[in-house]
Amino acid sequence: MIHFVILLSRQGKVRLTKWYSPYSQKERTKVIRELSGLILTRGPKLCNFVEWKGYKVVYRRYASLYFCMCIDADDNELEILEIIHHFVEILDRYFGSVCELDLIFNFHKAYYILDEILIAGEFQEPSKKTVARLIAAQDSLVETAQEQASSISNMIGQATK
Amino acid sequence: MNPFSSGTRLRDMIRAIRACKTAAEERAVVRKECASIRAAISENDQDYSHRNLAKLMFIHMLGYPTHFGQMECLKLIASSGFPEKRIGYLGLMLLLDERQEVLMLVTNSLKQDLNHSNQYIVGLALCALGNICSAEMARDLTPEVERLLQTRDPNIKKKAALCSIRIIRKVPDLAENFMGPASSLLKEKHHGVLIAGVQLCIDLCKASTNALEYLRKNCTEGLVRILRDVSNSPYAPEYDIAGITDPFLHIRVLRLMRMLGQGDADSSEYMNDILAQVATKTESNKNAGNAILYECVETIMGIEATSGLRVLAINILGRFLSNRDNNIRYVALNMLMKAVTVDSQAVQRHRTTILECVKDSDASIRKRALELVFLLVNDTNVKSLTKELIDYLEASDQEFKGDLTAKICSIVEKFSQEKLWYIDQMFKVLSLAGNYVKDDEWHALIVMISNAPDLQGYSVRSLYKAFQTSNEQESLVRVTVWCIGEYGEMLVNNVGVLEMEEPITVTESDAVDVVEVALKCHSSDITTRAMSLVALLKLSSRFPPTSERIREIVMHHKGNVELELQQRSIEFNSIIQRHQNIKSSLVERMPVLDESAYIGKRAGSSQATLSADKSSQPTSSGASSLKLPNGVTKPPASPLVDLLDLSSDDAPVSTSSTTEFLHDLLGGDLISPAPSGGGGTDILMDLLSIGSPSASTDIPVPNTISSKQGNAREPKIAPAPVMDLLDGLPSRNENPVYPSIMAFESSTLKITFSFTKQPGNPQVTVIQATFTNLSSSAYTDFIFQAAVPKFIQLQLDPASSSTLPAGGSGTITQMLTVTNSQHGQKALAMRVRMAYKVNNQEKLEQGQIDNFPPGL
Repeated sequence: MIHFVILLSRQGKVRLTKWYSPYSQKERTKVIRELSGLILTRGPKLCNFVEWKGYKVVYRRYASLYFCMCIDADDNELEILEIIHHFVEILDRYFGSVCELDLIFNFHKAYYILDEILIAGEFQEPSKKTVARLIAAQDSLVETAQEQASSISNMIGQATK
Repeated sequence: MNPFSSGTRLRDMIRAIRACKTAAEERAVVRKECASIRAAISENDQDYSHRNLAKLMFIHMLGYPTHFGQMECLKLIASSGFPEKRIGYLGLMLLLDERQEVLMLVTNSLKQDLNHSNQYIVGLALCALGNICSAEMARDLTPEVERLLQTRDPNIKKKAALCSIRIIRKVPDLAENFMGPASSLLKEKHHGVLIAGVQLCIDLCKASTNALEYLRKNCTEGLVRILRDVSNSPYAPEYDIAGITDPFLHIRVLRLMRMLGQGDADSSEYMNDILAQVATKTESNKNAGNAILYECVETIMGIEATSGLRVLAINILGRFLSNRDNNIRYVALNMLMKAVTVDSQAVQRHRTTILECVKDSDASIRKRALELVFLLVNDTNVKSLTKELIDYLEASDQEFKGDLTAKICSIVEKFSQEKLWYIDQMFKVLSLAGNYVKDDEWHALIVMISNAPDLQGYSVRSLYKAFQTSNEQESLVRVTVWCIGEYGEMLVNNVGVLEMEEPITVTESDAVDVVEVALKCHSSDITTRAMSLVALLKLSSRFPPTSERIREIVMHHKGNVELELQQRSIEFNSIIQRHQNIKSSLVERMPVLDESAYIGKRAGSSQATLSADKSSQPTSSGASSLKLPNGVTKPPASPLVDLLDLSSDDAPVSTSSTTEFLHDLLGGDLISPAPSGGGGTDILMDLLSIGSPSASTDIPVPNTISSKQGNAREPKIAPAPVMDLLDGLPSRNENPVYPSIMAFESSTLKITFSFTKQPGNPQVTVIQATFTNLSSSAYTDFIFQAAVPKFIQLQLDPASSSTLPAGGSGTITQMLTVTNSQHGQKALAMRVRMAYKVNNQEKLEQGQIDNFPPGL
C-alpha cells in the first residue's frame, strides 16, 4: 500500500501531505525532514527510487515540485510512477496547465482530487474522465450551495439593516 | 458585514504569509490569524467556518499547532450543507490521525452520512472512513459499508470496496464477512470497481487463509478472463495509457493471480497461457508496459510456473538489465536477487551485464548490483568476478569504495582455494584501497602469509614492489612493514622465487629505507609507526651491517609525543646497543599463526591487533616448532597493545586474561607461563619464564620447553629507570651475599649456582645457574628443570641459550628465583634434571642439590 504522499518544492517546502498510515505529528515532521534531505539532493540522472527505513520511496520531479510516495518493499515501483503521472495529468486537466502556485492557493482542491484517486493507500480510479466528472459534480454542488447561502445572507443583511 | 468575520479571505492570508521575508514575520501573521480563528470558533460563528477551517489547514501544513481546530471539523461535518461537510471531512483527515480519541466522536456523523441520500456525501464519508478510521470505528460501521458494497452506483461501490480494505487491515477478524461480496465485485464491468474489487481480494488473501482458498476456488477463472479481456481489448481512450488499456488493472490482476497461484499447481497451470501472452505481447518501450512486465515476471516467479515460462521471465529481466533507463535496471536487479534463489543458473547467464551495473553512475543501482554479484559468486566464476571487481575498485568513487572493498575481501576469503591467488588478490586490494580495508582483513592476510612458508619470499617481494607505488594506503604499509621485518632476509637474498616473478635486487639498505619511509611519513598513524619500529628492530638483527643506521632512526623517536613510540624507541635502542647477544633470539622468526583458531576467534576478539613480535624462538636446527608466548598484552583498553609490549602495572597481572589473548592469536596450547603456585604472577615471569617446577604447575607444558632469553625487563614509564634496569641486569650477581656452590657435576656437565638476596626479602633468593659442557661434543636443545619441596616456591627464567658448546668454551646461564616459606627453619633443597641432545641422541642427567649455603 501507499503509506503517504508528499509534495515538496525544490526548497523543501511542503505543498501537500497525505498520510494513510498512522504517523503522529512529531513523526510526520521528522519523516518530512528526512525525506527532503534524501530526495532533494539526488541528481537528475539517478533512478527514481530510494530505499528508506525498509520502505521504498518513489519520487518524480515535475517542474519545481517533487511528488513522493512511500510504498512497501514488495510493491511495484513502476506502477507508482504511473499513479503519480496519473495524478499530475488530472491536476493539469483540472487547473489547466497546473503550476506550483495553483497548488498553493488551491491546496484544498488538490486534496479533493487526490481523494478521488487514492483511498486507504490504494488506487481508486483509472479513468481520468471519471475523476474529472466526479470533481466537477461536487464543485457544482458547492457552488450552488454557496450561491444560495449568499443570497440568503443578502436578504437577511438587507432585512436587518 | 458580519462583525465576527476574520476579515481576510483564504487567498489573502496565503499571499500575506508568502510575502513574509523572515520566519518571525510569518509567525506574527500566523498568530494573528489563529487568534481571529479562535475567536470565531469560540463565538460559534457559522458564516466563515468554512474559510476558517481552510485557513487552519494551510497553517497546519506550514507546521504550526492547530489542535483548537479539531472540534471545528466535527461541527462542520455535523452541519447539513455539502460544502461544510466537504471541508469538514478534509480537515478531519488532515488535522487528526487515527490515534486521537476525538475521532470517536465522528462515528455518529459518519453513520448518518453513510446513510445519506446524497451520493456524494456518502462518498465523502466512505473516503474519510477509508483513510483514517480506527479499529473501533471500523467495527461499528462495518454493516453500513457492507451494505454499500451492494449498491448500484459504481462510485460508491468502489469507495466502499477500498474502505473495506482498511477495515480488514484494522480488524482482520472481519475478513470473512467480505469474501462473498468481494468475489461478486469481480464480475463488474466498471474499471474502478474492478480495480478496487481485485485489491480487496488481495487483502483478503493476506488476512485469511480461508478467504484465500475460497477465492482461489471461485475466482481464478474470472480473473484470467478479466486479464484476457483487458489485454485483448481494442483502443479505449478513457483508459488508455501509452497504448495499453488500463495498465493498472493489468497489474492488480497479475498480483492477485500471484497470490492465488502460489503453491497451487492447478491454478498455476490455468494461468499459464495468459501469463505467456502478457509476457510476450506487452510493449516495453514505455513505463506502463514495463510496469506490467515487471508484475508479470514477479507473478511467474511466484507461482508454480513451467520452466518455459520461467525462462521467459528471466529473459525479460535480462532485457531490462540492458535497458538504458535507470529505473528499469534497478527494478531488474531487485527481481534478479529474488530469482537467484529460484533459478541460480539462469541468472548466472546475465553475470556480465550485472557486472556492468556495478560500475553504473547511479548509487542505488551500484549497490544492488554489488549485492547481486555477491550472491552469484561460486567456485567457478570467482576468479574472473574478483578480477572485474578489483579492476573497478580503482575507478570507483569514495563512498562506494568501502562497500566494494569489504565485499571483495569477503569473496576472496570465502572462495580462495589457492593461497597464492588469495595473497595476490589481497595485495591488489591493499594497493588500490588499503585505506578502506578493515583491520580484520589484513590480519587474516598476515595469518595466511605466516602459514604459507613457500610464499613468504614472494609476498615480501610483491609488497616491496607495491610499496614503491602505493605507499599512501595505510594497510598496505602495515602489512609491508610487518613482512619486511619478518622476512627481510628473504627479500634481500631472493629466497623462494616463484616462476613468474620478475627478479629484483633489493639491498639491505633498501629494505631499511622502506621501513624508514613508513616510519617518517606524515600520514602514518601510531599503529603503523609502532609496527615500523618493531620491524626495524628485527631488521637490525637480520641485517647486522645496518644496525647502527637503524639505531639512529629508532633513536630519532626517543622524545616522541606518543608514549608508545617513545617507549619502544628507547627500549629498542637499548637492545640494539647493549644487548646484541640476546637481540637475535629476541626477534627471531615468529611461529606460525594458527589459522583456524584465529579465524574462530576473530569475531570475538576486539583487539585484533597483531600479537607481539617478541617471540624469540631459538631455532635450533631441526627443532620442532616451538610455541612461545608472545608479548603479554595490556588489558584491553589500549588499541596500541602489544607489539613488544612489556609495560607492566605495578600489580601483577593475572595470567589468565593475558594468556587468553595469547591463545587467541597464536592458537592452540601455548605455554602459559607457569604461575608459581599462589604467588603473584609477575609479568616478567609470564613473559620469560617457562620453567616448570613439576610441583606447582597445572598448565599443560608441551614436550619441549623452550627457554627464552631472560632479561628481567621491567619497563617503567620514565625512560631512565628502564635504562637502569637493563643496565643493571648483567651485573646482577656482582655482590653475592652467599658463596656460590657447585650444584652438580658429572663427567659431562657442570652446574654452578651463585646467589643473591634482596635486602628486604629474606625468603627470596635469586640464583644464577651456570651450565658448562665438559664433553667434547656440543649440546643442543638444552633444557634445565628443577623440583623443590613443598615449602619452597620456584620460578625459572628462560635460559640464555639452549646450545652448550663443547669443552666449556661457552656457558648457558639461567636465573632461578626461590622463595623459602620456611626461611630460617628449613634449608633449601632441589632436584635437578638436564635434558639435551648430543650427536643427535637424547641424553638426560639428573641429580639432587643439598649443598646450599645455610640461611637461604
